[in-house]
Amino acid sequence: MNAALVISTRDNVATALEPLEPGRTIAFNGGGTVVVAEAIPRGHKLALRRIAAGDAVVKYGSPIGTASADIAAGAHVHTHNVASARGRGDLATQGATTVRIAEPPDGVQPEIPQTAPARSGR
Amino acid sequence: MTTHGPAFLGYPRADGKVGVRNHVLVVPTVICAAVVAERIAAAIGPTGAALPHLAGCGQLGPDMSTTHDTLAAYCRHANVGAVVVVALGCEQVVAQYLADTARQAGKPAQIVAIQSEGGTLRATARGVEIARGFADTLARTDRQWCDISSLILSVKCGGSDYTSGLASNPAVGRVADRIAEAGGAVVLGEIAEIMGAEHLLAERASTREAAGQLLRVVTRVEAEARALGLDIRGTQPSPGNIRGGLTTIEEKSLGATHKAGERTRLEAVVPYAAPITSKGLTVMDTPGLDVESVTGMVGGGAQVVMFTTGLGTPTGNPIAPVIKITGNGRTAVSMADNIDADVSGVMNETESLESAAGRLFEQLLTVCSGHPTAAERLGHREFAIHRRNPTI
Repeated sequence: MNAALVISTRDNVATALEPLEPGRTIAFNGGGTVVVAEAIPRGHKLALRRIAAGDAVVKYGSPIGTASADIAAGAHVHTHNVASARGRGDLATQGATTVRIAEPPDGVQPEIPQTAPARSGR
Repeated sequence: MTTHGPAFLGYPRADGKVGVRNHVLVVPTVICAAVVAERIAAAIGPTGAALPHLAGCGQLGPDMSTTHDTLAAYCRHANVGAVVVVALGCEQVVAQYLADTARQAGKPAQIVAIQSEGGTLRATARGVEIARGFADTLARTDRQWCDISSLILSVKCGGSDYTSGLASNPAVGRVADRIAEAGGAVVLGEIAEIMGAEHLLAERASTREAAGQLLRVVTRVEAEARALGLDIRGTQPSPGNIRGGLTTIEEKSLGATHKAGERTRLEAVVPYAAPITSKGLTVMDTPGLDVESVTGMVGGGAQVVMFTTGLGTPTGNPIAPVIKITGNGRTAVSMADNIDADVSGVMNETESLESAAGRLFEQLLTVCSGHPTAAERLGHREFAIHRRNPTI
């Protein structure tokens, strides 16, 4: 059993299947290794490689949010350094932009009003 | 009923539907009648199923319609064999409408009104007498072999953690695909927990209309949340979800939608507790709150619920068996009395997803044939009608 699981080849995070200690080298399913940079609780995520502030955090092959700070390889990836792009009423006063959230079949393309996805410190 | 594939022992109904339970439903029209209804149902044992609720009066417009429609949906439900309507006498919900709804579905129904019977004791005694008569009749009904194409399976998750998206939801999703491929139906609720994964469901829509409806309903729910001026995080994902490792609603949704299968086409999007008439996948417009969501999906006609949980949760339903499935081996032990199926072998690679799904499918048929779930054994009968507006 792997200590951490990568779900999709597009992902830049892995899920810890057991508590991970700093300094431990983790081998992933699908190849590659990373050195754990800080303690990762079971079920939490660590970065497979450096993720720059503003970049998408990808799990299940889809974006799960945006890095709100630079994240080093092997670092804990959670609410302290990932901003959700959805349901952000707290950002609504900062000027909404319009982005397309989905590509349905046959050209059905509703425009979804949405705020800027990333903001430093959430 | 002739069956060709996997089958279960159910109750064919006069309206062509098939029940997996045979309850005497005791439905209060209004909160004021809830205690009497609960006492009547309790007097006839597990056959009795009360629907205590907080509504039925002091409601305007859409909320009143939702209350009426949800109570009526339970009165015509395939898992119900007979109905006792308990009225107060001055409320908004119309007792006769509920009784007529049951009779139109071929079920015997009677009304007991507290004001006209002359108080709690007389109304309870009269209701128990009627309910006992119904229960005696239902006890003489035998189960018959029924095809799984008659099933509407509700899929639900609650108390999710990192194992939900990796083990229990994908395993339930494989069961959902199998039900749909056999001609049955699957219903997914919790619009907020589609937020961030809607593109994957929309790609599976069989029509442009269904894809458009899905995106519109997700947009509406997100706009409602945003209108409050707050960050949805803390509610979605919940504090427990976050402790369990889920960071954003997008991450929770991507894991959550796995339980609706990988291949089954999205056919329809329906309002809360509205009848599910499509085969394949239907999305119902329910909130994420577990009990309101399950209440709505069962109201839509789902006879059985497959409910995944990582952290563990006891939720049941008054008339539909709720099967609890966890991919977290520690929860399977620490909340053993609430858990029906442990698929944690998928997490530690001692069992394949296909094997786990096969076990869940067989367990589903067993439950539909009458085997009680943990929630049924423990008397978990949670029921809550979704409401949007203030009580007037």
